[in-house]
Amino acid sequence: MSDYTAILAQIKPKLGCVADNLALVEERIRQAITDQADLVIFPELALTGYFLKDLAPEVALRLDSPEIARLLDLSRSISIAVGFVEVTDDYRFFNTALYLEDGLVRHLHRKVYLPTYGLFDEQRYLARGERFRAFDTKLGRMGLLICEDMWHLSASYILAMDGATTLICLSSSPGRGIEGDTLGSANAWQQLTSTTAMFLNCRVLYCNRVGFEDGINFWGGSEYVAPSGESLVRGRLLEEDSVSAKVDEGALRRERIFSPMLRDENLFVTMQELRRIERERGL
Amino acid sequence: MAGLTANTDLLRQILVGFVRDEVRKVGIQKAVLGLSGGIDSALVVFIAAEALGPENVHAICMPYRTSNPESEAHARLVAQACGVNFSVVPITPMVDAYFEMFPDADNMRRGNKMARERMTILFDHSALLSALVLGTSNKTELLLGYGTLYGDMASALNPIGDLYKSHVWQLSETFGVPREVIEKKPSADLWAGQTDEEELGFSYRQVDELLYRMVDLRLTREELVATGFEAEFIDTIYRKIRNSHFKRRLPVIAKVSNRTIDRDFRYSRDWGK
Repeated sequence: MSDYTAILAQIKPKLGCVADNLALVEERIRQAITDQADLVIFPELALTGYFLKDLAPEVALRLDSPEIARLLDLSRSISIAVGFVEVTDDYRFFNTALYLEDGLVRHLHRKVYLPTYGLFDEQRYLARGERFRAFDTKLGRMGLLICEDMWHLSASYILAMDGATTLICLSSSPGRGIEGDTLGSANAWQQLTSTTAMFLNCRVLYCNRVGFEDGINFWGGSEYVAPSGESLVRGRLLEEDSVSAKVDEGALRRERIFSPMLRDENLFVTMQELRRIERERGL
Repeated sequence: MAGLTANTDLLRQILVGFVRDEVRKVGIQKAVLGLSGGIDSALVVFIAAEALGPENVHAICMPYRTSNPESEAHARLVAQACGVNFSVVPITPMVDAYFEMFPDADNMRRGNKMARERMTILFDHSALLSALVLGTSNKTELLLGYGTLYGDMASALNPIGDLYKSHVWQLSETFGVPREVIEKKPSADLWAGQTDEEELGFSYRQVDELLYRMVDLRLTREELVATGFEAEFIDTIYRKIRNSHFKRRLPVIAKVSNRTIDRDFRYSRDWGK
């Protein structure tokens, strides 16, 4: 694998306006192509906005929709990770992320952990995904996560055990907590992405949106975290940005030599204990 | 208390961004608000001036004949300090005309009427100026219900509704709100010498400490007592929050259909924005 450039498109989608958001996404893709990037990543629900509530079915797209076809076409020039509401033939609505490459859907991830606490209410409106799978791309083996998914250690763990060396997280994280040196939710996320990268010797590409919906801010701060856990580049807080991450394959190789925790991870012990717990819980 | 000490730079960035984004996304460039001479509306006008440019902010002082003349002087001072448009629209003729029909009305009725009179003036100017009305109620008074429903509680956008009074004081320092406004005793200014803290029976700092732990941290009554709060004070504040909850909700709609507004017809207000 060679080095590559990923752009984290820290955009401000309009709530429920798929055409406007598609135009915005296409513009950022074209810019990334001009800048000779290899991969462009968008936030969770970039094509629709976040607090959709009853709008979810109205803005949902089928995989064979003209909107997705346009993005597929652009993916002949650059790899794209993007989030939207997906509707299936059986009329379930998913919070979905696509990884597009060479005109093909290389991977489709449906958000597994739909938060329904505090200010969140996703599971009221959306169906739950049921798998975490790593996938091969031109840029290496990757795993896709959508926002809350990453707060479940098992999600990143499974992807890393499945061979992903890059974790891509698409996010719409609301800002809250004004007591500390930085925004509370930004601080929590930064600890999470750094620790996840460090534990699993994976790089993390985190793309979060900005803007306001009904008074709730999304804080941005998209970042590229090296497998050492070090944040190498981070987007602006609360403002639109385009973060260019120079992904260094050598850093991954070196980290995996220096700190081979993932190599030493004992899948047999983990599975044996998880099966025991499952048995004892009577699941 | 860490929770009541805000990161004022961060808060400023969020609230200025909020006003700019939420006003402009509906295709409007301007804001209008009532300036009482007190600290809450002073802070909001400073936020709005930074967000939209002072030339796009219209502050209106709406005194009644019993209002302390110092209030209007302070309102003028604040408007000058942040450079916004300023006008004075007295409410005495309308309020007095009404109460000539009800001369026995008590202070509460008169105070509520004045607050609602001011609301109608602000919303009229909203149409006149193509400007959104900014609210100036803080979290402390919203939780305690210390405000007039459809009066000072009415607005299109409220930048400080999630800030306790203690935060308002801190952030006002950051924005450079004039000293005399920061330091004077908070007052609804309905009659001479009235102060909020005397009327409420406790200080804002005291109640903020309790509200923060009760509402934000969700401490139990036992934990609050163990922290050192008087049981009676806790119960009084809890009752105030419960009994004023109706003021924080939309009017209740009798459900008869399958999709009732706000019950199972749910959309964000920023729908399509």
